Amino acid sequence: MDILLQQLFNGLTIGSVYSLVALGLTLVYGILHIPNFAHGALYMLGGYLTLTMMVYFGMNYWVSILISILTVGLISVLMERIVFHPLRHSTPIQHKVAAIGILLFLEAVAQLIWGPDFREMSTPYGQAVTLGGVTFTWQRLIIVVSAIGVMVLLYLFLKKTFTGSTIIAMAQNREGASLVGINTNKVAILTFFVAGALAAIGASLSSPINLVFPGMGHLVILKAFVIIIIGGMGSIPGAILGGYILGFAESIGATYISADYKDIIAFVLLIAILSIKPQGIFAKGVA
Amino acid sequence: MRVILNKKMLIVSLIVLAILFPLFVPNQYYIHILTLAFIWTIAVYGLNLISGFTGYLSLAQAGFFAIGAYSLGLLTVKAGMSFWLAFILAPLITSIFGLLIGLVALRTKEHFFAIYTLCVGYIIYLVIDKWDRLTEGVRGLMGIPSPADIGPISFSTPLGQYYFVFVVLLLVIFLVYRIVNSLTGRSFIAIRNSEQLAQSLGISTMKNKLTSFVLSTFFAGVAGALYASFIRFIGPEISYTTVVFDLLTYMIVGGIGTLSGPLIGTLLIVWLSQNLQFLQDYRMLVFGPLLTMLIIFSPGGIVGSFHSWQLKRQERKRLNTGSLNN
Amino acid sequence: MFLETSNLTKKFGGLTAINGVDFSVDKGKINAIIGPNGAGKSTYFNLITGVHHPSSGKVFFKGRDISTFPANKIAKQGLSRTFQTTNLFEKATVFENVVVGHRLRTKSNLFDAVFRTKREKEEGEKCKEKALKVLEYVGLSEITDMVVANISQEEKKRVAFALTLATDPEIVFLDEPTAGINPDETEKLSILIEKMAHEGITVCLIEHKMRMIMNMADKIMVLDYGEKIAEGTPEKIKSNDEVIEAYLGGDASA
Repeated sequence: MDILLQQLFNGLTIGSVYSLVALGLTLVYGILHIPNFAHGALYMLGGYLTLTMMVYFGMNYWVSILISILTVGLISVLMERIVFHPLRHSTPIQHKVAAIGILLFLEAVAQLIWGPDFREMSTPYGQAVTLGGVTFTWQRLIIVVSAIGVMVLLYLFLKKTFTGSTIIAMAQNREGASLVGINTNKVAILTFFVAGALAAIGASLSSPINLVFPGMGHLVILKAFVIIIIGGMGSIPGAILGGYILGFAESIGATYISADYKDIIAFVLLIAILSIKPQGIFAKGVA
Repeated sequence: MRVILNKKMLIVSLIVLAILFPLFVPNQYYIHILTLAFIWTIAVYGLNLISGFTGYLSLAQAGFFAIGAYSLGLLTVKAGMSFWLAFILAPLITSIFGLLIGLVALRTKEHFFAIYTLCVGYIIYLVIDKWDRLTEGVRGLMGIPSPADIGPISFSTPLGQYYFVFVVLLLVIFLVYRIVNSLTGRSFIAIRNSEQLAQSLGISTMKNKLTSFVLSTFFAGVAGALYASFIRFIGPEISYTTVVFDLLTYMIVGGIGTLSGPLIGTLLIVWLSQNLQFLQDYRMLVFGPLLTMLIIFSPGGIVGSFHSWQLKRQERKRLNTGSLNN
Repeated sequence: MFLETSNLTKKFGGLTAINGVDFSVDKGKINAIIGPNGAGKSTYFNLITGVHHPSSGKVFFKGRDISTFPANKIAKQGLSRTFQTTNLFEKATVFENVVVGHRLRTKSNLFDAVFRTKREKEEGEKCKEKALKVLEYVGLSEITDMVVANISQEEKKRVAFALTLATDPEIVFLDEPTAGINPDETEKLSILIEKMAHEGITVCLIEHKMRMIMNMADKIMVLDYGEKIAEGTPEKIKSNDEVIEAYLGGDASA
């Protein structure tokens, strides 16, 4: 029972990070229909930037995260302006290849600056607490609480502010949005900023319990793709729900099935889903 | 007619050049690099068939490459099979995996297909990495034999390997040439241009996509088997996404959906990489932006751009003569 | 009966796009389907040509139930279609676009391709001849080698016609064949459509241009909100109150 509880809590932790990353991916997909393969690189940069601020500039964890959010958000916006905007009328293969090019570049940049080694990020929140038989570190608790906080803020932003609602409008109907006078360029920039920021938050929160290295985004981004396919490409609640489902499935799978193969769960899940429903579940409307 | 003759001459001289290369450049290292480049080229031809000619970007190509390599490795090292039998079986085994995966994967389209195949590639990587009782996992599979001698012909020397790989590459290019210029190839291209239109023209899209996909995995299997017998040591990293991105770069630079693109792209990038040795792990600082800029400004790559330039010239000529007649 | 739909119905989620449509297409004639925007005309075509499959009801072609056939099998039965957007490959020549049209009447497979068998060569020739023949038929012999990107909108429409004709169809479905071209060109395309009908190819088309339809159609069906509200000769349709109501009451786009 304790093991199960422990695993559920771990699942909640991982799931929170997955949800944050998947949210950014699904937002970008929703408005531009681009599967942004470079999103994992943004995640990785988020981790490194926070680490650098803390280690080399001796900054506070939270201030570091803030700088990381702004920087990665900016890089994400640049990506949209320089690469995806010029490609807005081109074929899907071009989007994907362009995104892969960015991914390769950013990884090489990270390797050049920070080297190929695995790095640890230590925060002041390493102590463990035991509560009702479940042991967890403060850091894990911070991950869960912050992630949920960010999601609530995002929800309020999208639903309660005018700027946020333009994102939703454009996700639902691009042409319609531009017809009613929404500046689609502005929305695209904003969305990429939010996506980058979410990736930076996810990475900064999870790095203390994982490691920071140039390839840290690979698996996360692949899983985020799985999540948004499960949750419906472009769906915001779907990304959150999908993130937690995968988090729980992995932590429980790791305990009761095999720790070696826990990373495979996501992909087997995806293959099972796409085998039955090639358009993804919750695919909207008519093909 | 003159164009055709020129083309033939060009091809013949290229082949002669490749045959004579080791005599002029007896440097073992360069021969080694060129052999490897030829092997990658074969895998890129496979990728180009499904992605360039049929319009489905498959990101599992490195995974299939690894299946070919491990099939050959396991059959020879662990099952003790003779080299040539294993060499024939390896691409076939790869194709069977290709068929099974293709049956499901090809029901998805565009982004879904790319993501699906990326995940398939990752599963293949994880299985190779974790199933160490079969594959030796991260330690890698060692002691893979080089091609066995056939009578007096020996393939164990670098030179023998070079010629062997070169002959296989020629065969692959010839096959792709035949396929692309056939009714079957035309069906592939019709699907790439518009799947909906192709189907309404009575083309069985599933059957054709599957044919193209299985062929692409077959070539990946051939390349993998050659790689295993050439390097004689394989590890899980040959199935990792970085490899598939390399193949993708070769294809895009050379020219996606063109016949000579894979060869030109692969040789050029491999050659460039050699000259950018000092960059080593950072070569993607150059190739990453190159890939992105190319796909924005010149999505046809080298060969595609050359074709459009030719076309424009023709068009201008036609307009000029047209105005003269009027 | 040549081609007939009986009680044809298509639902997308909760939305009924086509509701119980009974209609029969007259062989060798020009049959037109008209109706306000969103009436379900294209969906009706999609159901017949296998792009979508009916939720209920059936499509019969020469007495055979084809409602569950995939699009490619339907094309092989002799039903061919064009799309609203021509879907041509802009970077290839007119000829290259059309040459694939006859593929469905050939049998060459991968084996034939690899070994360049006699069958492959013969069928390859057959496809080329067919392409040149249909291009001549639609009046494009002069521009077969031009790249599609460089030809006019009307010429593109003709290429699309040539492509359907290359499949050896008994019946062609034309989805707004004259959309986006000027009255002069429309006139020329109408002549081509009539020529096809005169030579025994059954035509079934969707159009918005009323004058053109009233002049050339032998039989008209009017759809509104997915239901058939009238059918008959142009004269009959013109004087039908319900049709007038549908066009004037809804967003009149005619």
